[in-house]
Amino acid sequence: MATEILMPALSPTMEEGTLAKWLVKAGDTVKAGDILAEIETDKATMEFEATDEGVVGALLVAAGTEGVKVNTPIATMLADGEVAGAAPAPVAAPVPAAPKAAAVASAPVAVTPKASPDWAPGTEMKKQTVREALRDAISEEMRRDGTVFLMGEEVGEYQGAYKISQGLLDEFGPKRIIDTPITEMGFAGIATGASFAGLRPIVEFMTFNFAMQAIDHIINSAAKTLYMSGGQMGAPMVFRGPNGAAARVGAQHSQDYAAWYAQIPGLRVVMPYSASDYKGLMKTAIRDPNPVVFLENEILYGKTFEVPVLDDFTIPFGKARIWREGSDVTIVSFGIGMTYALEAAERLAKDGISAEVVDLRTLRPIDYDTVIASVMKTNRCVTVEEGWPVGAIGNHLSAVIMERAFDYLDAPVLNLTGKDVPMPYAANLEKHALVTTDEVVAAVHKVTYR
Amino acid sequence: MAVKKPAGSPNVSAEALKGYYRDMLLIRRFEEKAGQLYGMGLIGGFCHLYIGQEAVVVGLEAAAEPGDKRITSYRDHGHMLACGMDPGGVMAELTGRSGGLSKGKGGSMHMFSKEKHFYGGHGIVGAQVPLGAGLAFADKYLENGRVTFAYFGDGAANQGQIYETFNMAALWKLPCIFVIENNQYAMGTAQRRSTSTPDLYTRGQAFGIPGEAVDGMDVLAVKAAGDKAVAHARAGEGPYILEIKTYRYRGHSMSDPAKYRTREEVQKIRDEKDAIEHVRDLLVAGGHATEDDLKAIDKEIKEIVNAAADFARESPEPDLSELWTDIYA
Repeated sequence: MATEILMPALSPTMEEGTLAKWLVKAGDTVKAGDILAEIETDKATMEFEATDEGVVGALLVAAGTEGVKVNTPIATMLADGEVAGAAPAPVAAPVPAAPKAAAVASAPVAVTPKASPDWAPGTEMKKQTVREALRDAISEEMRRDGTVFLMGEEVGEYQGAYKISQGLLDEFGPKRIIDTPITEMGFAGIATGASFAGLRPIVEFMTFNFAMQAIDHIINSAAKTLYMSGGQMGAPMVFRGPNGAAARVGAQHSQDYAAWYAQIPGLRVVMPYSASDYKGLMKTAIRDPNPVVFLENEILYGKTFEVPVLDDFTIPFGKARIWREGSDVTIVSFGIGMTYALEAAERLAKDGISAEVVDLRTLRPIDYDTVIASVMKTNRCVTVEEGWPVGAIGNHLSAVIMERAFDYLDAPVLNLTGKDVPMPYAANLEKHALVTTDEVVAAVHKVTYR
Repeated sequence: MAVKKPAGSPNVSAEALKGYYRDMLLIRRFEEKAGQLYGMGLIGGFCHLYIGQEAVVVGLEAAAEPGDKRITSYRDHGHMLACGMDPGGVMAELTGRSGGLSKGKGGSMHMFSKEKHFYGGHGIVGAQVPLGAGLAFADKYLENGRVTFAYFGDGAANQGQIYETFNMAALWKLPCIFVIENNQYAMGTAQRRSTSTPDLYTRGQAFGIPGEAVDGMDVLAVKAAGDKAVAHARAGEGPYILEIKTYRYRGHSMSDPAKYRTREEVQKIRDEKDAIEHVRDLLVAGGHATEDDLKAIDKEIKEIVNAAADFARESPEPDLSELWTDIYA
């Protein structure tokens, strides 16, 4: 009986990949360690090795097939006595090539969102991943302003740990795309000093978990200098990188810092959801004369959205986006929390509950007015975020809503957050530690009393 | 006490030597006045005086060129005066008044001057060192030929971020002079009780950064070492470490119980090593200045310091609206 070789998962968040190239053919004898194929994920192209010796039976997925889901059989290895070459290598992409959109488990739900306030109706749009949108934003701004540079671990020759900076070293050279040693505190301090002297650094933290090593410079050195100097000098710079839980990377690599940074006067804090927001807000962040903490999300990097085709597309800070209008409840979220908010709204619509979904997009400043206007209309509010419950962004919004719209509320505001535990590793536990769509739906039923 | 010019010291003109005397005296008198105002309740919070260490900044400023940058910790009044910042503005910042260099919002530890290329004034021990390397990074990026003096103390020399910075500064050949002002006490902890090896100038060896120890009570020795370090950095050879051995006469801050050293220890240094007396002796013994010349300088300094104190007392407190300005640019 032939054994199947399955499409491997090559990163914590990989759900599918492209089988770029086969390096073996049916009938080849391979040893453990021989390279069977090149597999391209959204993060990197990697060589896939044989783990056992044997003879290749059949190749089940043609080279060049995109969207091959993890664990799909891609080849067979013959058992002793079996003969190779019974089935020729397929030329087309048969079974495994699932349509791309369907393979993306939590892509934005297929609702017609409210027209975006960020571009004119009729603007030409293109499909882009968050990763591509970010890269475009950074490279456009680097072309525009020679004082902008990118510094961080593996941003250059490795092409970015999450491929955000892919190709930038080739275009801008090592003077402006700077690989650092693994010393977050040191390079965050150096970048902040460079910003005092008039440069516009972009500091990439491989993830924001590691920025805790550097948080003194983000807060004490970058955020406070303008004030302490009576306005004489500040830190025009961006601290960016993935924030929050990825997938199965454990407690020390899975934390949402939104509420931490949102507390600090002197910082701008951005936490986008869609690719167009990543692009427009990153360009604004790089041009902003203040230190900006730009909280990205590894799971969102590979998601595809519509992005306007515009020469110079920026989005101002402090403007929430209403993704869908509704009349029964306001769901406020930001970042990856929007995934759950939008999924919940779609499910609720089937139950006859009309949810308005507000994406805050920036957490400092927060667009209170949009939230309050929505709550005054719907009289109910549920907040959704991935961070911990104590001192959450939702807590703060509840307080503001109570102060400004108390008489409009028909139910207590409910804050949905991650659970009050360090992130567990086990798949089932991790899922429960995060906020879920089911919880959002349940909370809306609770506040709408139906 | 006649002191001979130490071997290896630069030949400086009598005018320059008088200038060092004047600049050091300004710092000392200014700090004495700040101590008085603190005692009167006009200055609050932390106030770290530089008395005893004056030759360090004056010697290094003598090695700097216009446009070079400097950054330091919270014991920063001397650095600001030495690079030419207005004494009235510094003193008014100490009293928290609108005429202060940070409009009263920074205080003793947090002042800055774009014009004089002084980048603070930082309160977290050691944090100014990567910031200083970042200033040097910007100069190298902009190819403007400038160098940065990043000052820190023997206490900060044990912070981890210093070594992260040494590594990158050496790797990227940043034009940065790391100045360790070793005043022998990290707050109240003597160096021998905090530091495994006493020679801080060797701390760059692991990164290939040259360093040397300097007598910080001798302004000419400091200037000579500064010239060498500046030439090295400006030539694109990368960073340089100067461990400048100095001594702080006053407490760490104003509320220092002084239990960690004896009165005699302090007095002995004052009597035998004082940097200002040393230059005074050089000037008089060398026939470069008369007692009357020096008296004239003393008088001028006294007037400057009194004017600064008057300004600091008379300048109004910041308007309450200032609470809400300068948070965002």
